Amino acid sequence: MIYHRFTRPLLHCIQATDLNTAPSITATSATCIPQALLHLHGIDYSAGGHHILHQVNLHLKQGQILTLIGPNGAGKTSLVKIALGLVQPTRGTVDRRANLRIGYMPQKLQVETTLPLTVQRFLQLVPHASNTDIVAALDEVGAAHVLHSRLQSLSGGEQQRVLLARALLRKPELLVLDEPTQGVDLKGQADLYRLITRIRDVHGCGVLMVSHDLHLVMSATDEVICLNQHVCCHGHPEQVSNDPAYLELFGQSGAQAMAVYTHHHYHGHNLAGDVVDEHVHDEHCQHDHAPSLLTNPHNHKDGH
Amino acid sequence: MADFLWRALAAGLLLAVVAGPLGCFIVWRRMAYFGDTLSHSALFGIALGLLANLDMQLTVVLACCAIALLLVLLERQQSLATDTLLGILAHSALALGLVMISFTHTQIDLQAYLFGDLLTVTTQELWWLLGGSVLALVVLLSQWNPLLSFTLQSELAQVEGLNTTRLRVLLMLVVAVVVAVAMKVVGVLLITSLLIIPAATARLFARSPEQMALGASACGCLAVLGGLASSWQWNTPTGPSIVVVAALLFAVSAIIKGRK
Repeated sequence: MIYHRFTRPLLHCIQATDLNTAPSITATSATCIPQALLHLHGIDYSAGGHHILHQVNLHLKQGQILTLIGPNGAGKTSLVKIALGLVQPTRGTVDRRANLRIGYMPQKLQVETTLPLTVQRFLQLVPHASNTDIVAALDEVGAAHVLHSRLQSLSGGEQQRVLLARALLRKPELLVLDEPTQGVDLKGQADLYRLITRIRDVHGCGVLMVSHDLHLVMSATDEVICLNQHVCCHGHPEQVSNDPAYLELFGQSGAQAMAVYTHHHYHGHNLAGDVVDEHVHDEHCQHDHAPSLLTNPHNHKDGH
Repeated sequence: MADFLWRALAAGLLLAVVAGPLGCFIVWRRMAYFGDTLSHSALFGIALGLLANLDMQLTVVLACCAIALLLVLLERQQSLATDTLLGILAHSALALGLVMISFTHTQIDLQAYLFGDLLTVTTQELWWLLGGSVLALVVLLSQWNPLLSFTLQSELAQVEGLNTTRLRVLLMLVVAVVVAVAMKVVGVLLITSLLIIPAATARLFARSPEQMALGASACGCLAVLGGLASSWQWNTPTGPSIVVVAALLFAVSAIIKGRK
């Protein structure tokens, strides 16, 4: 499946109606707003017989920070991969602005210990990145001191910053960050979120990120989508944190405690957010009628 | 010095040079078992050449490439783990090769194919080796940074605009071609060792991927020189001697490194 990410002349939409049908590419200037970077519409995704995403919409504008939040197994990473074009949705449309430059920061970089690589050499792999660019990018993310360090010797926080620097070297219009604070302590997490906000302010790029916790990311994001295989609720972070669907998903205390628990290797998360429960789903379908917070007023009986 | 010795030296050094960078990717991407599978299927290529009465080197190259592509297809099914698939392919190809050879009723020196026969390298075989090595080096050097990016994080490379499927297949085909043309030097059973032992030795001292690749080429060349010398001096089998010297180099390096 080919996305033609860098070759499309204008904003085009990719239609994937069925797994067996090749995506057809159509211009849809009517539905796409000029400064929109990314627009996902009606995304369904299943893999290995499991429904992972159902009827998910997402819209990201230039200069906007959008955070995906949800328990493990909610489909956050799948949605990010669909947005990046790494994975083809089962159904739905993916629109990216033509020639959109994406800086992507994967969850983790696992470097073979047999591969001797310094941070500098790693960043030189970005085409056209000069040494001056590299030093500047590392400086910007506060990791100038690791320039000559071995990639495998970095701490979690340093590695995330180096990955962020690599994304910045591409002069991105859209930054996609999959759990940027993974493996980082609580203090470091807050620092990283502040850094991401600053990068948005300086570069004016759109940011799509995945996070486990709303409370830490609250001040760093413009909009939140609370995902649990479908969009439970979305809106400004304050709105979402009071949304019944959000509280249902994470539980009153769970929602409060998330921020504290995230760095303890998820052990709070299963309690807070097991996805499978059928009744959880039905519950917040009932709550979901709060008008302004709803993207997907979905049918209770469609049985996804 | 005799002609055959020059040819052996040229063939050995040529292979050692290309095995350096290629061996690094095999180590980094954990493709050692893949290399083994290809070398096993080389015997299938020999049988094919005997039966069809074609140039044996050609059929070996074709067989290795075919097995590599078959693996790509089978991996897409995602029904079995890659090492299981490799095991199936390796030994089926080997067994099929041996069965097919028995049908030809020709007496072939199996030992020469299994352990190499560097001293009897013909000029034609040398040309094959030169062609294969140059092809592999051109691909590796021209795609060096993309291949490194892809090795580090495939998805990141893909988002950055690289065609990772193309790179993966390209690398597999390069390994297939090199293994096929290397058969005469160390034999199908020992080819992988000449790819990974020098790379592993160079890893001990390298501080960059490029240093490791160059170091591996150098170690490989030393092993070839040492192996040929010992073969000359003590009349030991050449292919195994080369591998023994490579292994000794690795052991000595590891000890030196460990002392520091």
